[in-house]
Amino acid sequence: MVSQSTIKKLVEKKASNLPERLREELFEKLIHYSGKYKLKKAEIEAIIDEVVQEYEQALVEPGEAVGTVTAQSIGEPSTQMTLNTFHYAGVAEINVTLGLPRIIEIVDARKNPSTPIMTVYLDEEHRYSSEKAREVAKRIEGTTLESLARSMTLDILNMEFVVDIDPERLEKSGLTMEKIQAKIERSFKSAEIETEGTTIIIRLKKAKNVSTLRRLADKVKKHRLKGLSGVGKTVIRKEGDEYAIYTEGSNFKQVLKVPGVDPRRTKTNNIHEIAQVLGIEAARNAIIEEIVNTMQEQGLEVDVRHIMLVADMMTLDGIVRPIGRHGIVGTKASVLARAAFEITVQHLLQAAERGELDPLNGVVENVLIGQPVPVGTGIVRLAMKLPIKKAVKEE
Amino acid sequence: MTAKKSFTIFDHVLVPEHRVLSEEEKGELLKKYNIKPSQLPQIKTSDPAVQALDAKPGDIIEIKRKSPTAGVYYYYRIVVED
Repeated sequence: MVSQSTIKKLVEKKASNLPERLREELFEKLIHYSGKYKLKKAEIEAIIDEVVQEYEQALVEPGEAVGTVTAQSIGEPSTQMTLNTFHYAGVAEINVTLGLPRIIEIVDARKNPSTPIMTVYLDEEHRYSSEKAREVAKRIEGTTLESLARSMTLDILNMEFVVDIDPERLEKSGLTMEKIQAKIERSFKSAEIETEGTTIIIRLKKAKNVSTLRRLADKVKKHRLKGLSGVGKTVIRKEGDEYAIYTEGSNFKQVLKVPGVDPRRTKTNNIHEIAQVLGIEAARNAIIEEIVNTMQEQGLEVDVRHIMLVADMMTLDGIVRPIGRHGIVGTKASVLARAAFEITVQHLLQAAERGELDPLNGVVENVLIGQPVPVGTGIVRLAMKLPIKKAVKEE
Repeated sequence: MTAKKSFTIFDHVLVPEHRVLSEEEKGELLKKYNIKPSQLPQIKTSDPAVQALDAKPGDIIEIKRKSPTAGVYYYYRIVVED
């Protein structure tokens, strides 16, 4: 019988080049089976050797075209995706871009996704009751006069803008008529505001001109009374034993500061916002997570390694770059590779202007020229070892 | 409430551990992989993680990434000016 500590030592010694995850798994399995079959030390050593050998054989070989494999591995399942799917499973009220359009959006690194969404998790205090979750949601949800109004009329005869507030919605939003009046008064100095019950009447102080009134009315309508800018509707959903808030629209920086929000787990689907607030490494993780989730949603499975490669390439320069003409392909060193992709003439002209040189190191340019491609066995170059002269140290 | 005030970006689930390498470690790293600093992936000085660590351009940052395939592995980025 071999003791656990010896097994541990053996694994550490013989399998030191294995990744942590594999080493742990190997150790656990060895313990299990050495207990079951009463393995000898030599047998355990043999097993470890075998595992290490298998691992080394499974590694990617030098010169393997991993990028091409990635492109195909992501591209093929993408053809099976439904072209347009909206609605989250479970959160039917909020529209979400999913499927192929979403993948394209991520890979193109769009500045604003077509349907920005935040998933807001709550802190210990607010997590378990829907009442408290609603409290936090109220702080986040953007409210305008427009969203509270039952009817709005522009009275040209009396030069007034009359807004009739829906008392039910007012109650829900947690605002009062006094608060609304104070808010508008503070933001619009040129206006005179009067409230009567649930009606708000807005007049201009000086200029008696219909077009100015109309312009003011438009501004007042859209003025944010509370909540975060950019955030619209919120939906509360139960996840396991806790409540989480989903928001239409995204304002990641601000939402982390809202009391009641758990800033450690709250997320947005806007990759650029994550890069800005949490840094490039977080953006990389977000890209991986978003792509994996989108694929899973469609019932497709792509090995994470491919997605990790994509995310690594996109974040290589410290900013999120799209894959395509304006991003990764556009920054390729080789003129011919760039010209072979898109906007050929422009690239060639520019290169001629600058006097660029193409050392023909990449794949595309060598295909173009008709030479062996530096991939796989083609990556091997011949080197000659010159007879080494004896060092002339001593005199 | 006290936890809220002390929130730094490194508490977030998406952010892995960052660490600035010392001069010796830098040399070792470059020697191990036989590379020049300019061949490393980059991270901008304006990056929130760099600002939190107060790293200067030219510093190398070690990132302890969690990976679904390998468990834990290290990635390196060089700090560059914006």
